[in-house]
Amino acid sequence: MQKPSIRTYTKSKLIISYGAVLLLLCFAVALGISVGSIPIPLFHVIQILGAHIFHYPVPDNIDTSMVNIVMAIRFPRVVLAMLVGCALALSGTAFQGLLKNPLADPYTLGVSSGSALGAVIVLFFGIQLPFLGSFTLPVFSIIMGFLTLIGVIYFARLVQQNLSVETIILAGVLCSSFLGAVTSLLIALTGDELRQIIGWLLGSVSMRGWAYVELIAPFLIAGLLILLASARELNALSFGQQDARSIGVDVKKHTGLVLFGASLLTGSAVAVSGTIGFVGLVIPHMARMIWGVDHRHLLPLSMMLGGVFMVLVDLLARTIISPTELPIGVLTAIIGSPIFAVIFIRYRRKKVTT
Amino acid sequence: MISVQQLSGGYDGKKVVDDLSFSVEKGKITGIIGPNGSGKTTLMKMINGMLPFQSGEVLIKDKPISSYSAKELARIIAVLPQHAESSFDFTVREVVALGRYPFYKGLLKHSTPHDDEVVQNSMEFTGVEEFADKSILLLSGGERQRVLLAKALAQEPEILLLDEPTNHLDLAYQMKLMDLLKDWVEGCQLTVVAILHDLNIASLYCDQVLLLDKGKMKAIGKPGDIMDSRMLQSVYKTNLSRQEHPQKAKPLIALVPRQQDERKDLSEIVLEATPETMIFRSPFSLKTMSSALIGGGYQWANTFVNRHVNKNYNVDDAQKEFEDYLFSISLNPNDTVGMMTAARLQDAGMVSVEEKGVKLLVASTVGTGNAVDAGRSWERKDQPMPIGTINIWIFMEGKLTDEGFVQAMMTATEAKAGALRDYGIKDPVTGTPATGTSTDSVCIAATQNGEEMRYAGTITPAGKAIGKAVYQTVGTAIENYRKRMLQP
Repeated sequence: MQKPSIRTYTKSKLIISYGAVLLLLCFAVALGISVGSIPIPLFHVIQILGAHIFHYPVPDNIDTSMVNIVMAIRFPRVVLAMLVGCALALSGTAFQGLLKNPLADPYTLGVSSGSALGAVIVLFFGIQLPFLGSFTLPVFSIIMGFLTLIGVIYFARLVQQNLSVETIILAGVLCSSFLGAVTSLLIALTGDELRQIIGWLLGSVSMRGWAYVELIAPFLIAGLLILLASARELNALSFGQQDARSIGVDVKKHTGLVLFGASLLTGSAVAVSGTIGFVGLVIPHMARMIWGVDHRHLLPLSMMLGGVFMVLVDLLARTIISPTELPIGVLTAIIGSPIFAVIFIRYRRKKVTT
Repeated sequence: MISVQQLSGGYDGKKVVDDLSFSVEKGKITGIIGPNGSGKTTLMKMINGMLPFQSGEVLIKDKPISSYSAKELARIIAVLPQHAESSFDFTVREVVALGRYPFYKGLLKHSTPHDDEVVQNSMEFTGVEEFADKSILLLSGGERQRVLLAKALAQEPEILLLDEPTNHLDLAYQMKLMDLLKDWVEGCQLTVVAILHDLNIASLYCDQVLLLDKGKMKAIGKPGDIMDSRMLQSVYKTNLSRQEHPQKAKPLIALVPRQQDERKDLSEIVLEATPETMIFRSPFSLKTMSSALIGGGYQWANTFVNRHVNKNYNVDDAQKEFEDYLFSISLNPNDTVGMMTAARLQDAGMVSVEEKGVKLLVASTVGTGNAVDAGRSWERKDQPMPIGTINIWIFMEGKLTDEGFVQAMMTATEAKAGALRDYGIKDPVTGTPATGTSTDSVCIAATQNGEEMRYAGTITPAGKAIGKAVYQTVGTAIENYRKRMLQP
């Protein structure tokens, strides 16, 4: 396999990499806002956003309804898509590094299903925990996701001590099926709100507004910081726990931190957008192919790439058979499953030859 | 450096390692050997803090291992794992840099220029610098092993633990790796503890060897003491035989495959005689010890050539000439013991003995023109010698030990001297009875099956038979020569 030439992180290459991804991200956001049932010129989008960010009046030639569409509907939607993409890509990168498993992501590990069940429980029973208020939903999702993760890993360890790639994925699938069934049971019992919850389960970022952005943002930041603090340890852990331990990594502490951080990210993403699969699988792979494996840079770069990907997929989801919107999770699964297959085949082949 | 005291431990409450006590000195290589399941890896895991132990204590630099944090321990001990696999393609430099992890400080764990320098140095030392920016997944097994060694070295450890470091490596890499370690141990006073499968590697490179058997310590000591065939056989339950290294003061262990004791009968040896050569051909190989020109020392051979050459034979490289000659008569020098003589082959004395369980076939050719009294040969000046050689061939059935070979050789030589004395052969320079000639050869060839013969001294059954047969054949050869001389 031909390797990209950018292998090591010299300073200038780093600046170019970060600059390029950031630029791409801005462009994707602007494009996401611009395209829709009522097209808004890209230039206007930039003017409106600029005006709001730097607090100067919107130029007169732009219609106020247009400003409303941008600021109240499209911008929060695009930002939410971006944040969800960021969170999923980050947690995928962390899971893959920690478990030395190129097939791991929140979806294949069953964490998403756990979070989804948590969210459905909150919605179904109308739970509102004191002090948490609207944060009840993400917090519950996160806790359920975390518990699922622990369960999956514990179960996989029961099956096979050394946690091979296939065992973990199988354990994830098993948990996923079980939790999915429980979720379906709950939905079947509700009856009337069926459609809405199913729509939400399939994954969507539409009609959420700024409230949902505020719901996920703090968790994204916290998750990013936690993972970045364990970036060097992730490098070491991708050679196995024993090896990491022998170079002085506090394996227990950092494994716990990474699992917790990744659960924060997954849980909050699921809470605001439902189960969106394969983003956490595909994006880290692309990022690794472009930038190499050093998690100190792989994590943030992969995160931003996830943002770009999600904004573009959302764009596709609402334009491809417009005016009907496709659930975004359906689209990511359609794109992601074949890629999963390719990665799996390549991984097995490589393992056989080495 | 490391002190292990009454250490016991294992998995799930089972004792895999049972009551081990030993210590490892600074600047030494200690090898851990033992069969599969003898607790080598478990012991290793307890020494590097990977596995908690059930009882006992491990002291690292006189402090209990539990008093070190993971990072502190990593600054003292580095581990070279049997294999470290990552599913991702890290570059070689990134992998080696992981070794600096215990030295990073602060939350952000920034690397300093010193860190980069150490990484660079260890890559250069192990010779992986040339592929520093290549992915480790693209490297061969040997190269990957060196990368992992570089990573371990980047930890600047005082103790290096290795788990079967030469596994998956070809012969050249095994040697390179061990030589590299040896250099480093000597240069930097590093302490190495290595699990080794290959007993010969352990013998050649270790200062101290620990032999484990079923979790218990069977023995510890220098390779010369541990590599004892009886002890190893009892631990490994395998047929092993100890040899000495041809160039180092270290023992080597040879594996002895299980075999049917094939029948080897001396009567199957055939003699082809011409005026130019006596060739003994055997359908099986015999172990030989000889002073012969071809196949001297210890060797296995199935062809034995006594070659007549002209009195004036004189070539610079007699061995090469002899080998070419053997090729020319379609013989393989590697399976052959070959001697030369100017004596006439038709005068040879030959006898077959079978008594008291000893079976022998002995042949001698004698030329005494050059007779020497070994006890007085120092009186001689360096002068051109007349030609003359006594070649003695002894074939015997039985399993001779190394000392048995030497004793057989001594017995044969002494019997020869006796024969010369009784036939009145004198050293022409000193006038005293000769003990032999200046270019004599003896070849002892044993079938190495059947009963073991540890002794072949002069009054053992084997020694008596050898002495008698040599005395007879040398005598016959002298008589034949004299008879021929009397003929017109």
